Amino acid sequence: MTALLEVRQASKTYTSGGLFGRHVVRAVAGVDFSLTSERPEVFTIIGESGSGKSTLARMILNSVPPSGGSILFRGRDLATIRSRRDRLAFMGEVQPVFQNPFEAFNPLKRLDRYLYLAARRFCGARTRADVEGLADAALRKVGLSLAEVRGRFPHEMSGGQLQRVAIARALVPEPALVVADEPVSMIDASLRMTIVNMFRTLRDTFGVSIIYITHDLATAYYISDRLIIMEKGEVVESGPARAVLDAPSHPYSIKLLQAVLPVGNAWRDEMPAEPRSQPAA
Amino acid sequence: MSLAPDVHPGPGSSAGSAAATAPLLEVSGLKAYYQMRFFGISREVRAVDDVTFTIRRNEIYGLAGESSSGKSTLIKTIARAIRPPLNVVGGTVVFTFEDGRQDIYAMSPAQVAAIRWSRLSYVTQGSMNVLNPVRRIRSTFVDFAARHLGGSRRDFLAAVESHLARLSLDPRVLDAYPHELSGGMRQRLTIALATICRPEFIIADEPTTALDVVVQKGVLAMLREVQQEMGSSILFVTHDMAVHANLTDRLGIMYAGRLVEEGPTREVFQRPLHPYTAHLIASLPRLGDDMRKTGLPGAPPSLADPPTGCRFHPRCPSAVGLCREASPPMEELEPGHRVACHVAKAHAEGRRLS
Repeated sequence: MTALLEVRQASKTYTSGGLFGRHVVRAVAGVDFSLTSERPEVFTIIGESGSGKSTLARMILNSVPPSGGSILFRGRDLATIRSRRDRLAFMGEVQPVFQNPFEAFNPLKRLDRYLYLAARRFCGARTRADVEGLADAALRKVGLSLAEVRGRFPHEMSGGQLQRVAIARALVPEPALVVADEPVSMIDASLRMTIVNMFRTLRDTFGVSIIYITHDLATAYYISDRLIIMEKGEVVESGPARAVLDAPSHPYSIKLLQAVLPVGNAWRDEMPAEPRSQPAA
Repeated sequence: MSLAPDVHPGPGSSAGSAAATAPLLEVSGLKAYYQMRFFGISREVRAVDDVTFTIRRNEIYGLAGESSSGKSTLIKTIARAIRPPLNVVGGTVVFTFEDGRQDIYAMSPAQVAAIRWSRLSYVTQGSMNVLNPVRRIRSTFVDFAARHLGGSRRDFLAAVESHLARLSLDPRVLDAYPHELSGGMRQRLTIALATICRPEFIIADEPTTALDVVVQKGVLAMLREVQQEMGSSILFVTHDMAVHANLTDRLGIMYAGRLVEEGPTREVFQRPLHPYTAHLIASLPRLGDDMRKTGLPGAPPSLADPPTGCRFHPRCPSAVGLCREASPPMEELEPGHRVACHVAKAHAEGRRLS
């Protein structure tokens, strides 16, 4: 078993204030976990706002250096990545997907441009045919095609489509790990499951590991293999997703689970599993 | 603080005094379009197209729909908070407040200003947008509500403090600036702000969408408590079906500018009649349930160029030829449960469509 990502006692503290009235915030405190490269999985980080989950994601993406501990990707400490070439190689392997697709894209730029840029920068594609081929291949993985996206501006697409384009952009360099920070919280209910199912496809078909950051326990239960629950920067509970969410032991996890609004749990037994059968055409 | 669905008053139980017989809000045939004319090119976005519904006294009416389904336009139109290019093209919005029945579009601007906040108030989505960041909470309360409550400043502040105490908020927050408070606390304050004048009708536009689950539960419980104590009606807008299941008495589903289904919340969740609603409910992920869920194929239609016939037919799994040609009217298929769908109607009548 070779490790894809190892997070070893990673912590991050932010200091505010000056010499007097110094104030230290511990955003992440001693988080430990690892992902293996043989078996891709959906690894979920759960926590409410301010629990440090986004800070942890930024440390994994190497955009924020940890103030304690280390993070290793394929055995190499992220702190040793300094040259532009190393950085590009790392970015080609670990890609982010952000929360709000409407803010992730510049409204004045065409969407295909982002895909072409990723293809040029990470894959070294030079000719127009190569660039377009890579963009099209990535879009096809998320159920779109270059013909649908070419020349379109962000306002011309729905939130679900935009988020799929954002995921396709992340897939252009064929990364081993995608870090998705609340990728569905801004997506409409009818399209949310499309995105969530896509993560499952990416794991099963394309062997991409996914770090899925969320506060929505229902989707976490639905797709994750393993999860950690964070409170105030510390991991309070970790383990296989179903086992943890079915029988949480830490008081904070229990509090989180109790706060989930039941969707018709009171009458779930009476509910049909499928949409009501109606006379077909 | 229970949010269990069984505490909800049924649809009939809200009828109390004689004044309660007339519905609080009657919206009929409402059409609100964004009309733009630039350089001889005119463009019309039919954000709200022929919407009819009523809200009774003492009930929480939920409005669900995805972004760009017209729900924000609908509530702006109801509150008469519209400005060009949004225009009301047809239909009426009639309120029956304690002092009589009035069409909000027949009132003078002064009359509208008088009912705003005192009888008709608004809980917005981003609490930061309402609370002035450079004024203390106390001043914000004065800005919004002092004019409607009248009396001296001291009486007013005493009223604010007792109102906050009733909502289990510490009166000391009045001295704070918005940035000193957490998101949940700010959202509770916007609810306090919206209810200080004991309005008869409250519009709540996604008040909990920006909050996380633990905070959301507290805010919803508070809203429900305030509503039950004052006996006002709430129009609650969100795309989160779990919130609707736990809070609302009746539920309306909007799709592409039209109301497609409406009924008692429990009924809509148990027996959704419109294919869109059925899909929305079936695709909700639940804890303890690992059945495979699917997203709806396709994307919501553009309201500038909506599909012919039923606006849902390009994405509908049970669409038939008729759906492409004729727009289905909203019809009551079961008592209190209305739906706009050719297929559901035929099914209820035992016919088959081809």
